[in-house]
Amino acid sequence: MRVTQGCYSFLPDLTDEQIKTQLQYCLDRSWGVNIEVTDDPHPRNTYWEMWGQPMFDLKDAAGVIAELTACRKSFGDRYIRISAFDSSHGWESVKLSFIVNRPAEEGGFFLERQEIEGRMIRYTTRPYSSQLPEGQRYG
Amino acid sequence: MTKIDPIAPKDRYKAGVMEYRKMGYWQPDYEPKDTDIIALFRVSPQDGVDPIEASAAVAGESSTATWTVVWTDRLTACEKYRAKCYRVDPVPNAPGQFFAYIAYDLDLFEPGSIANLSASIIGNVFGFKPLKALRLEDMRLPVAYVKTFQGPATGIVVERERMDKFGRPILGATVKPKLGLSGRNYGRVVYEALKGGLDFTKDDENINSQPFMHWRDRFLYCMEAVNRAQAATGEIKGTYLNVTAATMEDMYERAEFAKSLGSVIVMIDLVIGYTAIQSMAKWARRNDMILHLHRAGHSTYTRQKTHGVSFRVIAKWMRLAGVDHIHAGTVVGKLEGDPNTTRGYYDVCREDYNPTCLEHGLFFDQHWASLNKMMPVASGGIHAGQMHQLLHLLGDDVVLQFGGGTIGHPMGIQAGATANRVALEAMVFARNSGRDIVAEGPDILVEAARHCTPLQQALDTWKDVTFNYTSTDSPDFVPTATVSA
Repeated sequence: MRVTQGCYSFLPDLTDEQIKTQLQYCLDRSWGVNIEVTDDPHPRNTYWEMWGQPMFDLKDAAGVIAELTACRKSFGDRYIRISAFDSSHGWESVKLSFIVNRPAEEGGFFLERQEIEGRMIRYTTRPYSSQLPEGQRYG
Repeated sequence: MTKIDPIAPKDRYKAGVMEYRKMGYWQPDYEPKDTDIIALFRVSPQDGVDPIEASAAVAGESSTATWTVVWTDRLTACEKYRAKCYRVDPVPNAPGQFFAYIAYDLDLFEPGSIANLSASIIGNVFGFKPLKALRLEDMRLPVAYVKTFQGPATGIVVERERMDKFGRPILGATVKPKLGLSGRNYGRVVYEALKGGLDFTKDDENINSQPFMHWRDRFLYCMEAVNRAQAATGEIKGTYLNVTAATMEDMYERAEFAKSLGSVIVMIDLVIGYTAIQSMAKWARRNDMILHLHRAGHSTYTRQKTHGVSFRVIAKWMRLAGVDHIHAGTVVGKLEGDPNTTRGYYDVCREDYNPTCLEHGLFFDQHWASLNKMMPVASGGIHAGQMHQLLHLLGDDVVLQFGGGTIGHPMGIQAGATANRVALEAMVFARNSGRDIVAEGPDILVEAARHCTPLQQALDTWKDVTFNYTSTDSPDFVPTATVSA
């Protein structure tokens, strides 16, 4: 299974050269760029761990690639994504987000069903990996 | 333009009939106030009827006038309440048609009520005998009035945050065949399409609760499909559950059930009426629900250029009324949509400020005063092979709905969904990398298809499908033309 969150998960994994083109697109628009890491890929896990602070006022994507390389060195067995923030009035949120690193084996999710009244079902989506403590889930 | 001298009260209010232009509904010197609502009508007077008198009559009949003079006007601040036609221009290249600009005082309208606004502006006057035809082309809604509306329950930004979808158009599909599937079979289509890569699936406008599938059954199977697809992909998914029904009580019941099942979105049809739409928008805001509007029925009054209401006005009203999604045309698909006119609709949905742009059909500067943005939906006869055109014409903040273009894929629904998603991601990626997607679009798709057989099959199947017909509703102004003053 392949987690398909983010903008480019249906494309083959991006090379650093390709990632750079997308980062440059963000920086050219003065969007702040953040590197985020998790080993809990639940679709509603909003707050991945931040790799340092978001990078504002950067001109050259090479700076982000250097940070990404360092992040991969520490967390190469986890999900890493790039999120770009647009501070313009009327948006003030994420403008682009895409995964740039994944575990070698993506465990996928268990869908738990709790049958309740009236044929209704309460659904819980649980990453198989989340049974293990943080840091021991992949690799 | 002829100037009308003020008439002495004893003559003005003498019993009998008087021309509308003399009763105060034609005021060529009037300068609209910032707080006035302005309506632009396309007036086609009957043969022999003076265009200014016809336009003044429109102002009169859409505000305080009746066919004869009434002394009871003198009990009111009637000059304030009279709508004032202040400008009449001939329509370029359309003999017998005139653009009439009419200003209405803010006090004529109940705050926050589309029903009241439309009852005034389009209530009586469209059947008025001295006119052959009448069309409401555009409206300027003052900030003071905009601020009396809730606006879209969720808005584009929060919808994206909730759905965790950033940087690309959202992908959807309408379940087909639109009628006849059982709940169980219907949910199958939803699951396949969502697992294959779509973000949303959608009930069609006329899927409510019929003998072949009752609404509760559909909701239950659809939510099984949504949750299964979510677990299979790790991505948030949704399906627009159509809660359109015969009464508000039924609609609330269905919407509450959708909420209790964990749906992120419900949908309604335009035919439920403005008041019902506003009620559902308030319900949606209270319940953290995205509200999709299918514009069922609009073409009965939006499509013909001489009579009815332009869709840009409906789009403005719906943004005030508070829906989150609105079908606004595809340009390249099977349904009516001139590129420039459609661009105007999209701007009405998505911008905080619309400057006057006659070539896009926008006649006024419109401030939205930070009212939430509405996500336009492009649906009807579009397919993966048009992805470069769709992205170029419609931009990022749009739901692209490929119904036939997903479900009709030769290798099945999942393959159809995957083809669309790969085509979309490849096109966004290429654009962001600096490539000219209009020129290189077909090549970009062919490159992407090298690692995606379903995309290759989609391109092969639909490569020659286009819908090139002349639009019936195109702008009256081209960029080089000047407007007569």
